[in-house]
Amino acid sequence: MSDLLLVPEKRFEKQIKETKEKDGVELSILNLGPTHPATHGIFQNILLMDGEKIIDGEGTVGYIHRAFEKIAENRPFYQINVLTDRLNYCSSPINNTGWWMTVEKMLGIEIPKRVQYMRVIIMELARIADHIICSSVMGVDTGALTGFLYVMQYREKIYEIYEEICGARLTTNMGRIGGFERDWSETAWRKIDEFLAEFPAVWTEFENMLSRNRIFMDRTIGAGAIDADMAMGYGFTGPNLRAAGVDYDLRVAQPYCSYEDFEFDIPVGQNGDCYDRFCVRNAEVWESMKIIRQALEKMPAEGGFHADVPDYYLPPKEDVYNNMEALIYHFKIVMGEIPVPNTEVYHAVEGGNGELGFYLITNGSRVPYRLHFRRPCFIYYQAYNEIVKGRSLSDAIITLSSMNVIAGELDC
Amino acid sequence: MSLTNEIIQQTLSQQFTPKVENFHILHDMLAFEVKKDASFEVIKFLKEDPSMNFNFLTDVCGVHYPDYEEDRQFCVVYHLHNWFDNIRVRVKVFLPANNPEAESIVSLYPAANWQERETYDFYGIVFKNHPQLKRILNMDEMESFPLRKEFPLEDQGRTDKDDRFFGRTGPNC
Repeated sequence: MSDLLLVPEKRFEKQIKETKEKDGVELSILNLGPTHPATHGIFQNILLMDGEKIIDGEGTVGYIHRAFEKIAENRPFYQINVLTDRLNYCSSPINNTGWWMTVEKMLGIEIPKRVQYMRVIIMELARIADHIICSSVMGVDTGALTGFLYVMQYREKIYEIYEEICGARLTTNMGRIGGFERDWSETAWRKIDEFLAEFPAVWTEFENMLSRNRIFMDRTIGAGAIDADMAMGYGFTGPNLRAAGVDYDLRVAQPYCSYEDFEFDIPVGQNGDCYDRFCVRNAEVWESMKIIRQALEKMPAEGGFHADVPDYYLPPKEDVYNNMEALIYHFKIVMGEIPVPNTEVYHAVEGGNGELGFYLITNGSRVPYRLHFRRPCFIYYQAYNEIVKGRSLSDAIITLSSMNVIAGELDC
Repeated sequence: MSLTNEIIQQTLSQQFTPKVENFHILHDMLAFEVKKDASFEVIKFLKEDPSMNFNFLTDVCGVHYPDYEEDRQFCVVYHLHNWFDNIRVRVKVFLPANNPEAESIVSLYPAANWQERETYDFYGIVFKNHPQLKRILNMDEMESFPLRKEFPLEDQGRTDKDDRFFGRTGPNC
């Protein structure tokens, strides 16, 4: 195996020496990260600088790599859900639901309409929470902390809704194969209504503060631009791709979870720069609210909160304590003794950052044979050094926050 | 007329037989195997031929099958997506155990760059003509390829998690 090991070269040091000898220009190396307050996560970029200008860069990732794909090969399906929480931890319910939908696709389980609409609501709330962070952090990185603190209160309201639904806030571990663990409480529904009533005014104010703000526009327009062809080549998906003018959204392109029942627009940008990314995310928040309102309106009264799949769905606790069959099912499901076909499935959902895919290979045993996460961050972050090349350092910082690179998803 | 799984299968078999084989449909997605010396050609054809138009590389990943015969123990799986007709395919390239070497497709899809590095990092699959093949998530000094099945996740000496009590044997049951 050792003959396969490759030794990386130190190309920047070579380049510095060469330019100094050739043109007398002395370049320098700047180490941005791994723990820099402006990188919002642990990743390092080694930049080759000519004064303030970036000549070249090289990213180092993997600082919080936790080998999720290896762990997943040794865990039953229920236990993998907690791993997906920790991918894009700003919008865990999307990851959870994506994982359950992958398993349900593999098992061929039909989900009742009501559960699908509930999932749509929770996923769109998660998308709003995700975009709140990214957009407001862009404000922070250009020197406007106020908006961040203001809208963060409303992310807290979304977290309260999660708490009401599943008991957890950040790493939600929400749902089961076939639906939710319990029906949503009155409080949860009331909190969703309250959020929808209060948040539009807040978001309008936030947008007013930044989107036509001279300082913000000067900092972001033209910074970190990427054109549509390059973005597609580099595997961009989600808001970052749509900012470049491509209207690819999985919710429309390959609808899952009944997204085809709702009317909404796909906001697109033009130049693919930081400002467009900011505007696309802000517009998507409005679209998400539109979807949630429609889902609440169309919500069927019947259908319960989970599919009728006793082989996979944990029985209610009172039955487990009082009923032999329920106890057996409970034990079998917890131990992972569920019937699983021998198959391969790829399922993708539109996450906060783009196409979040799960490629699952099963061999009939209680654990996946192989599970690969297609993390949108990991794939588009590789274009980062290409984008910031030739720009100034301050542009690089704002580009990083506008791309919404989440370390947990990047490193898996 | 929009592209369908049948048309893709027909065109590819006409063009590349015997380099492509084992077409099957799993959960609506067409999957097939390509011989390792033709992987670049076939993916290039899928991308550039006007009737195919697979403009987007969704995913690259590796799989290890230690139980398969010697010349197909590793597999590189490509997911390609045609956004115009909205159709996906799964391309599998099986590689031998002693020399897992595949052709890099970075020149076709820049997105493959880090994904191939990740595949190398975890499986030791070498991609020929990759611009900068090195580890990505693990540290450079590491000497093993951790997602290969011969590396157990947990200490195998543990007795409190013995799966034989549930009628199972083997490391990945």
